[in-house]
Amino acid sequence: MTAGIDRRELAARIAGSIPEGSYVNLGIGAPTLVADYLPRDADVILHTENGLLGMGGAPSADLVDPDLINAGKQPVTAVPGASYFHHADSFAMMRGGHLDVCVLGAYQVSERGDLANWSTGAPGAIPAVGGAMDLALGAKEVIVMTDLLTKEGEPKLVADCTYPLTGVACVSRVFTGHAEFRVLEGRFAVVETYGEATVEWLANTLGLTLIDATKEHAS
Amino acid sequence: MLDKTVESVEDAVADVRDGATVMISGFGRAGQPVELIDALIAQGATHLTIVNNNAGNGDVGLAALLAAGRVRRIICSFPRQHDSWVFDDLYRGGRIELELVPQGTLAERIRAAGAGIGAFFSPTGVGTALAEGREHRELNGRMHVIEYPIHADLALIAALAADRWGNLVFRETARNFGPIMATAARVTIAQADAVVPLGSLDPESIVTPGIFVNRVVEVGERAWLRDGAFIGGVDVDGVPVETEGTQS
Repeated sequence: MTAGIDRRELAARIAGSIPEGSYVNLGIGAPTLVADYLPRDADVILHTENGLLGMGGAPSADLVDPDLINAGKQPVTAVPGASYFHHADSFAMMRGGHLDVCVLGAYQVSERGDLANWSTGAPGAIPAVGGAMDLALGAKEVIVMTDLLTKEGEPKLVADCTYPLTGVACVSRVFTGHAEFRVLEGRFAVVETYGEATVEWLANTLGLTLIDATKEHAS
Repeated sequence: MLDKTVESVEDAVADVRDGATVMISGFGRAGQPVELIDALIAQGATHLTIVNNNAGNGDVGLAALLAAGRVRRIICSFPRQHDSWVFDDLYRGGRIELELVPQGTLAERIRAAGAGIGAFFSPTGVGTALAEGREHRELNGRMHVIEYPIHADLALIAALAADRWGNLVFRETARNFGPIMATAARVTIAQADAVVPLGSLDPESIVTPGIFVNRVVEVGERAWLRDGAFIGGVDVDGVPVETEGTQS
C-alpha cells in the first residue's frame, strides 16, 4: 500500500493543529499519543472525563496514585492549575459545549460526519459505551484519528456507517496516516495528503468522490 | 446532638433489604467503597439492582458482590474491561440483566434524581441504538431524547474525610460519582478514611454538604496515604508493590 506517515507523526500533526489555550479531551487508545506532542509551555488543558482538568503525563512507578487516573484507568498526574470535579460537572463540560476539541478513534466515519466507534455490533459481544456518545457531540470540534483502512483493507471513511452509530453528523475533521480530511457538506474534503498519497489515490482507495482542498490549504 | 457516625461498616449496612437499588461510587477501582461493599456481601441482601459506572474489576469490591450472586440487574456505562471477568461470565450465562447508559447520561440521570427533576431531554445518543423507541423532541434546532432520573434506595460512597454531620471531602479523581450519588438515594452511607471533629473541614472546601449523607463510617487510611499525605508504594490497583526496602 502507498506509504503514509506513522502514528506518532500523525499525533504530532494533530497536536500542531490545536490552538494554545484550548480545552481538549483525548479519547482512549491512539488519541492519547497526541498529548506527547503538545508543546509543554502552550497551556493546552487536557480534560479527562472521570473528573480532572489539567491532566499531566504518567507518573514514575514509585509515584503511582490509585486515586489519580485517566478515563482509561491508567495512572496520571495533575499539572499546576489542575482541578477535580464530579461526573455530572465533567459531562456538563462536554454536553454544554465548553470543551474546544476532542480527539477520538473510530471504526467508521461517514461523509456527513457520522461516527461509529463504540460497538462492532458483533453477536455475543458485551456492549460497553462509556463516554463515547457524550464525547462524540461534546466538543466544539470533534477530530477523528484513525487509519485510512481496517486491517482487512476495508475503508474506514465511508458513504454510510454500517457499524452501530455513536453520534450523527458530529465529526468535523479526520486525520489518517495518509491524509487530513474535513467533513464538508456531505463530502470529505482532502486538506492535506501525507507521504506518497495523492487525492486521486485516496478517492480510488475509498471509492468516494472527494473534494480537493489541498490547494486552499497550501496557499 | 446530630451524629451520623456509625461504629462499623456492618452496622452501616445492617438494614439493606432484598431487591434494593444500590448506587455504588467509583470509576473502576478509584473511589470504590470496598469496605462497605464487603459488609453488604456479609449482610446478605440479594436480588439487588446496582448503579455504577462499571461492572466490577478483578475479584474485589463490586466484582465480589456480583460473584456472590447478589445482583439481579446492573445499570452502568462500561461493563466490559480487561479485568471484568466476573461480570462477563454472568452476562454470557444470562444471569444478570444489563441496562447500558452513556456515561454522561448516567451521571445526569443520577444528578436529576437528586435535584428533583422529573425527566430531561439530552442530545446524547440521538440517532443511535441506545435512544431507540423513546420520546424525541427538537429543541433549539437540535434533536433530543428523553431521559428519566435514576433514584436509589441506598448509595454507598467513598470519601477522604467526613465529620459527624456528614460533610464530605474527596481525593483527586476518586471523587467521580460520589457527590451526585449522595444526592440521589433515600439513604446515603459514606465510608471515609477518617471521621474528623466537626468544624475541622474547611466550609469552603466541603464538596458534599452533610444534608445529603445519612451515615458515615471510618475505615482507616488508604494504603498509599499517611496522615493525609501521599506516600506511594502501590500499583494503580492500590496493591502494595515490593521495593528494595521491603525485601528481606
